[in-house]
Amino acid sequence: MISIELNKISKSFGPVKANQNINLKAKGGEILGLLGENGAGKTTLMNILSGLYLPDYGEILINDKPVKFDNPGDAISAGIGMVHQHFMLVPIFSVTENVILGNEETGLANYLKLSEAEQKVKEISEKYSLLVDPKEITERLPVGTQQRVEIIKVLFRSAQVLIFDEPTAVLTPQEVTELFNIMNSLRESGKAIIFITHKLHEVLEICDRISILRAGEIVGAADPKTASNKELASMMVGRPVNLSLDRTTSKPGNTLLEVRSLSVLNEKQDTAVSNISFNVKEGEILGVAGVQGNGQTELVDAITGLRPKLSGEILYFGENMNTISPRKIHQIGIRHIPEDRQKSGIIGNFTVSENLILNNYYASPYSNNYAMDWSKVNDESERIIHKFDIRTPSANTLAENLSGGNQQKLVVGREMSDDVDFLIASQPTRGIDVGSIEYIHEQLIESRNHGKGILLVSTELEEILTLSDRIIVLFRGEIIDEFGTNPTPEEIGLAMAGHPRK
Amino acid sequence: MIESLRNKFVKERFDLQEILLVPVFATVLALLIGCFFLLATGESFANIFVAYSSLFIGSLGSLNAISETFTAATPLVFAALGIALAFRAGLFNIGAEGQMIIGGLATVIVGFSIDFLPIWIHLPLALSIGALFGALYAAIAGWLKAYTGAHEVISTIMLNLIALRLLDYVLRSPIIQKEGRNDPISKSILDSAELPQILAFIDPQLRLHGGFLLMLVAVFFIYWLLFHTTIGYEFRATGANPNAAKYAGIKAGLTIVLVMAIAGALAGLAGANQITGVLGRASPGFSASIGFDAIAVALLGRSHPIGVLFAGLLFGALIAGGRLMQVKAGVSVDLITIIQALIIVFIAAPLLVKKSLPWFFK
Repeated sequence: MISIELNKISKSFGPVKANQNINLKAKGGEILGLLGENGAGKTTLMNILSGLYLPDYGEILINDKPVKFDNPGDAISAGIGMVHQHFMLVPIFSVTENVILGNEETGLANYLKLSEAEQKVKEISEKYSLLVDPKEITERLPVGTQQRVEIIKVLFRSAQVLIFDEPTAVLTPQEVTELFNIMNSLRESGKAIIFITHKLHEVLEICDRISILRAGEIVGAADPKTASNKELASMMVGRPVNLSLDRTTSKPGNTLLEVRSLSVLNEKQDTAVSNISFNVKEGEILGVAGVQGNGQTELVDAITGLRPKLSGEILYFGENMNTISPRKIHQIGIRHIPEDRQKSGIIGNFTVSENLILNNYYASPYSNNYAMDWSKVNDESERIIHKFDIRTPSANTLAENLSGGNQQKLVVGREMSDDVDFLIASQPTRGIDVGSIEYIHEQLIESRNHGKGILLVSTELEEILTLSDRIIVLFRGEIIDEFGTNPTPEEIGLAMAGHPRK
Repeated sequence: MIESLRNKFVKERFDLQEILLVPVFATVLALLIGCFFLLATGESFANIFVAYSSLFIGSLGSLNAISETFTAATPLVFAALGIALAFRAGLFNIGAEGQMIIGGLATVIVGFSIDFLPIWIHLPLALSIGALFGALYAAIAGWLKAYTGAHEVISTIMLNLIALRLLDYVLRSPIIQKEGRNDPISKSILDSAELPQILAFIDPQLRLHGGFLLMLVAVFFIYWLLFHTTIGYEFRATGANPNAAKYAGIKAGLTIVLVMAIAGALAGLAGANQITGVLGRASPGFSASIGFDAIAVALLGRSHPIGVLFAGLLFGALIAGGRLMQVKAGVSVDLITIIQALIIVFIAAPLLVKKSLPWFFK
């Protein structure tokens, strides 16, 4: 059986030590969990393993023999396969065409041996109970199945070591269970699996051993049979972490936002949100659960004026908002943490203070209609940076130079720094470290305790469960089910997959 | 493609290494490679020395040389400021040449047709009309982009062609064509529409004119506009991240039209400056592809007003020095074009500069 060992691997990018002195070992027939926050160096390490980067120092041993990967091809022929977080699939190709891409067997006159490849894909699919039709067009498959195509791709190239990079990020809870079954059958067949994630309960559930990466170094190992969530979290962050929030029961007040029979189209002019109604009251958090791409983006865009609505009404404080623009929304006191901070939440090329005034740069005291008053902007920036603990060398640092967690704190700080009534938080903690998640969750709860209304949109079931007072589940643009207090994760998971309670 | 270009050429802040050091060394490297071209065409080392020294003397070696450098730099900086501004707002304005022609043409007409105004009204009027027509002409491309989605690169190129041919056409019309001439050339502007020579008190031969001072004012105005006004914030936000700008409630359509209009006004001023300060009349091709060279100046200056000023002075020096080089060393002035192009190549590949001269970049 294969064994792979990393020996004192180090890699720096300029002054940044992405990996320092890393020792890891994985054997066939076991799953190694590699746990670490964003920016801990997981991706760099995996890029070294898959031949994209050369380490500055250290060696990789396969079956106790040193190997050197000059390019991804070397790593593939040595039996290492990556299952990427973002799928590398051609949407209009069939499953088999995607699997063989770059590895096509051809016969006479360059004739593509497609049917033989299909046979092989079918065999692999059956052997590991992957259940994929080799002839199906890839874009028609659900996300979980597309991921299986990625796995087949790796197995087709006879990989012995499989690296899964945050594979559960895009899956429903049910799909996660199926993925774990697949990983189990791969383990039984003698493959070595490295499972990269920042989700604690997942490593505890499936891994045989856990290594924890922090700031580029392996800071410890844990045994999943004995370790607890709390221990792992504090090893990951480097200090004790409070995972459970103290929450009082909500005391909902007047209705703030009311959505009536709202329908919205997406870019392809298909109905993305269809005839949905809900409301959010003062002093409560309404959680919108659902797998990514079930209309959440379009719903929030319509409420915040970034996208026109097709039909329906949106009322704020009982008043019908006929025309909605992002500026009007901001002026009437609705704040919006956008789902993708890189795309629309921050301007990477702007300084922290320039970013902090993104929504009200035109208003007093920052501007007197035409000229900016940068000293006022800087004063206010210092206040928000301090209050929201944004770790930045100065207010004049470019936002793109901050870590993901601090960029998100910048957005959260901007949207929560003044006293307004309503907040729309879209994926407020996507892709950030446990420490920052903890902080942002506390801020949201505190706002709600102060009587503010919050619409929380998240694809992280755990986040929804921790924070929400009520939950609606979006499935294909419709509210498929609604939950009050204390729902079970299973019920919501099933609803997210399209199976509501009767 | 434009986005990646923009990331390469737009420097948000004044970074000494990026804005000064890289361009300086890019120029040094370009001059060095220029030597190889000269060697390859059979020039002797002695003559190459003569060529380069006259390039230097012709641009900086005397008061007259400096006057020529500044005179050549002035329209380049005007037009490049507009291109830089548009670039920062995410628009690639290829149309400075056309905007210059339209602006210059409007200035000529005002310059020769109004004969009852004193200089302190006539000259500002001629310049303002030039800026206005440049702005209107550029705003066409802005409007097309904002309301129909037509890409500004395509529409400004087409507007260049229209402007070029329109110029040829109107120069033959009896209202504009100089009396008694059969070739397409305009009437001369009146003295009251001419920019005064500012060094005439030293030597009447020195051509440097008041447009140079106006250009300096424009540099600082654009700097102030970009970094100290609310509109400048909107321009920069729109260019740096259109999605975030939309989220911030900035109206993209209005911003695009406004940016193009200001860019066109600056290019129009470049044309008006040439008419009122240097040429005195319009002829076919009076814009002398300054509007295209200005694209290179804007890129070299990293779309920062101060950077554009220095880049414009460098290009002005190359033009002024190139004339003496041609006379003294008999080297074709085409070498200047090659050197300018090489500078841009090195700017586009800053890593190449840093790798070639590692001991200057820590």
